Amino acid sequence: MTAQMTRRQFFKVTAGGVASVGLGALGLSPEQVQAATRPFKLERTTEARNICPYCSVSCGVLMYSIGDKAKNVKAEIIHIEGDPDNPVNRGTLCPKGAGLLDMIHSPNRLKYPEVREAGTSEWKRISWDEAITRIATHMRADRDANFQAKNADGVTVNRWQSAGFLASSAASNEAGYLTNKVLRGLGMTAIDTQARI
Amino acid sequence: MASLAPTFGRGAMTNHWVDIKNADLVLIMGGNAAEAHPCGFKWVIEAKKTRSAKLVVVDPRFTRSAAVADFYAPIRVGSDIAFLSGVINYLLTNDKINHEYVQAYTNAGYLINTGYTFNEGMFSGYDEAKRSYDNTTWKYQMDEATGFAKIDYSMQDPQCVLQLMKQHFAPYTPEVVSKVTGTPQKDYEKILEMMGECAKPNKVMTILYALGWTQHSVGSQNIRTMALIQLLLGNIGMAGGGINALRGHANVQGITDMCLIGASLPGYLANPTDKEATLAQFIEAKTPKLLQAGQMNYWSNYSKFFVSHLKSMYGPNATAENQFGYDWMPKIDGAQDVLALFERMHQGKLTGFFCQGFNPLASVPHAAKLGQALAKLKYLVVMDPLTTETSEFWKAHGEYHDVKPEEVQTEVFRLPANLFAEQEGSFTNSGRVIQWRWSGADAPGETKGDAEIMAALFLKLRDMYADGQGANSEPLKKLHWPYRIPNKPSPEELAKEVSGVALADVLDLKDPTKVLAKAGEQLAGFAQLRDDGSTSCGNWIYSGSWSQVGNLMARRDNSDPSGLGQTLNWGFAWPANRRILYNRASCDANGKPWDAKRTVIKWVGDKWTGNDIPDIRPDAPPAEVSPFIMNPEGVARLFAFAGMKEGPLPVHYEPFESPLAENPMFPSNAKAKNNPAARVFPGDQENFGTADAYPFVATTYRLVEHFHFWTKHSWLNAVTQPEQFVEIGEELAKSKGIAHGDKVRVSSKRGKIEAVAVVTKRIPTLQVNGKPTHTVGIPIHWGFKGVTRPGYLTNVLTPYVGDANVQTPEFKAFLVNIEKV
Repeated sequence: MTAQMTRRQFFKVTAGGVASVGLGALGLSPEQVQAATRPFKLERTTEARNICPYCSVSCGVLMYSIGDKAKNVKAEIIHIEGDPDNPVNRGTLCPKGAGLLDMIHSPNRLKYPEVREAGTSEWKRISWDEAITRIATHMRADRDANFQAKNADGVTVNRWQSAGFLASSAASNEAGYLTNKVLRGLGMTAIDTQARI
Repeated sequence: MASLAPTFGRGAMTNHWVDIKNADLVLIMGGNAAEAHPCGFKWVIEAKKTRSAKLVVVDPRFTRSAAVADFYAPIRVGSDIAFLSGVINYLLTNDKINHEYVQAYTNAGYLINTGYTFNEGMFSGYDEAKRSYDNTTWKYQMDEATGFAKIDYSMQDPQCVLQLMKQHFAPYTPEVVSKVTGTPQKDYEKILEMMGECAKPNKVMTILYALGWTQHSVGSQNIRTMALIQLLLGNIGMAGGGINALRGHANVQGITDMCLIGASLPGYLANPTDKEATLAQFIEAKTPKLLQAGQMNYWSNYSKFFVSHLKSMYGPNATAENQFGYDWMPKIDGAQDVLALFERMHQGKLTGFFCQGFNPLASVPHAAKLGQALAKLKYLVVMDPLTTETSEFWKAHGEYHDVKPEEVQTEVFRLPANLFAEQEGSFTNSGRVIQWRWSGADAPGETKGDAEIMAALFLKLRDMYADGQGANSEPLKKLHWPYRIPNKPSPEELAKEVSGVALADVLDLKDPTKVLAKAGEQLAGFAQLRDDGSTSCGNWIYSGSWSQVGNLMARRDNSDPSGLGQTLNWGFAWPANRRILYNRASCDANGKPWDAKRTVIKWVGDKWTGNDIPDIRPDAPPAEVSPFIMNPEGVARLFAFAGMKEGPLPVHYEPFESPLAENPMFPSNAKAKNNPAARVFPGDQENFGTADAYPFVATTYRLVEHFHFWTKHSWLNAVTQPEQFVEIGEELAKSKGIAHGDKVRVSSKRGKIEAVAVVTKRIPTLQVNGKPTHTVGIPIHWGFKGVTRPGYLTNVLTPYVGDANVQTPEFKAFLVNIEKV
């Protein structure tokens, strides 16, 4: 591999070479093909750069996914490694970050909205539409009942104090910004995040 | 963070990860970077290898950081202020300070009001009934002729800060410190010598700390004590120096900057309160008055940051006529921290609660109280990628979580949120570097992103309020929602909104014929913000992160021409792409670097230039403008006349659960046993245990194999650390008949856990106040959900009290008993 060629370019060139020339032309019999080493999985992957979500070193990671991002193709990550270009982690990952792939594929990931009705002992799957409608209905009833437009001295305060929100320090800055915008927009003030703990 | 802002002006890690390699001495105390931040810790090793830097670790346990240290000393949990106060005493009495730095860049020479006193652990102005101080007597003496604070540059006046400090810290002699902390005196004296060396202008110490300092009822003052040491040594602003808060989550810095905190708005602007009825009153109250001639007092631009934020909130609806929508912004009333919220919930005052990627049942103290509180809600909404304990607080999980679902009437919703790998957008690392991320896969099932979920809730409510009924819906109808796909605002759109845009042509204030940014253009930075409604900026400190040039957070040029590791073209650091905060202080009064080999910036006759973005006006003459531009006196505050609830100087107080009967520093004053300004809710005092029933000191911590309560859901991590355990020293094990591998029960006044005992030499028994003191170490990572073996939430044990300033819970020092099961 030359210094100018990335690993993916290398795969592309060699893979394309095999396909266009044909196996026979390479002098390989079917038996030899069967005995050959499997092609690299990474050859078929798409690379994306992200950041380990654990501690605040925020190590750069390279994620390799299968699936070409076409409309009906579900991409799946099959490998994660440290980003060698990132000036902080320089390609390394720690024992926490080494398990990132298993976090993504954890059997305990949530897949669908659910509700646990009052007093019952099980979860029930519901649609997003039902979930958002029911939650918003609760929020509105609560806000209508407890919203304070002015305080006792007549100062405009426009606040809704009977609902609280704990915001995620694993969310992106953009999601965090929008969360803040929505919450203050509704008049909520009981807001906190992991920064405190 | 609440300790750094009142000292330096900004509440953030001053330096950055790679810069650690420039240090001569690295202190790790109140943290364990080798295990909690392993890939950042490599820069400590780099400093050792390339500069022969020394590493000192002070910790109750012999951690993996300690294992590679040049020197390790043990300490009793909760006694860090005593340890560090002794360092200050040593530096002052042995003249191990950088005189020129202290004189010119700190308030050491400032004169304090004569009414200021400190007696038997209490400062002047204490109100016992309110458990709070009136800080009037802590203020500077003012010169009536000039209107500025009085200074004695000789630092000899008995009322000047340096003299008050000498007096204040004098009792912390090595003998006393050793008695209070349990650190052997000869170990302590060795560390004093090593630190004292760094008073030389070309010797630099850095400090790496984390939750081991913050999670105390005196957390903010732990950090302030260290900040004082770094100022006396002249190490703030230097490459390889600073005070480095190693933060928790990958984007905890970013979410703090966005201020998802009741009391603040993005960019550390204050959320208005009932006291500020109008925008004018608010701006007047928040804009600091200049305290010294010629200083930058950068917060004097408060109105520009705030009005630009209101424009990002309410867009064209925000006009000068309606105070830019000031009335729509909710005013806060009282404390909004997580302990206050759960207290209100426990009193039945909350109807609904939302947990977005936050598992409070696991991560907030006194789990039994939390469970009772959650059961009083009408509705709970959990948005998370994983099945958290909080989402199943109503469900029975055997001995680990005993609850009767039929008795819990809370309606609980669980919404699947995506994970990092499936998101695009930016994260801000501990060193304030904002980096863009790209999505690599589709999330499973019907999962949505956090922004999409928030948009869905907002749009549904806005639709519902179209009927014109119910509570005031004007604020939410006026909210600016310009997104191309309204139910899916894109990270790019949001990032541009955060960074800021010109709504009309922005003119140069010095030369109005010059247009700095045309209407519609992205702004270059916060210097272009205006308070007349012509600019919009979601978060002023992020201004310029997406300029007219493009998305600077996505830059990936890792070249490092200075060799200092600054990589100015990698991502974007706030503020203004500065990598080392207060870097003006890396030079002497003439603008010459204290150490030319580590030049961060320097004065070249007419301007500042160098290997970083100067943290000062580029043409500010060195002799006139001081380095701490966010403070209205231009210098750092050794003495914090405002901003610290329990006093302007740090004091050793015992944890709320202490093995000692009294504070050994003030044995005759019971009021000064614990932090006199810490908040204790009614009912929680009775839930504190005492040493007769719970004789052992306990502390919680993290393991290298796990991250908080997340990785117990990941197979690889679960395999490497599958089962809950606690660590105890050999002496304690022997006295209690506990062998390595035995099952033990650890109990506090609030609950109990059962776990495997790991008997170790790593936790020494310390002699504190003449008595042997044993410590029980409790890793936090288990719970009743996960692919690990089930375990107990550690927070069934911990006390419900927090730091007086920021209410960070006291997870690091409490009392337990331990028995073999």
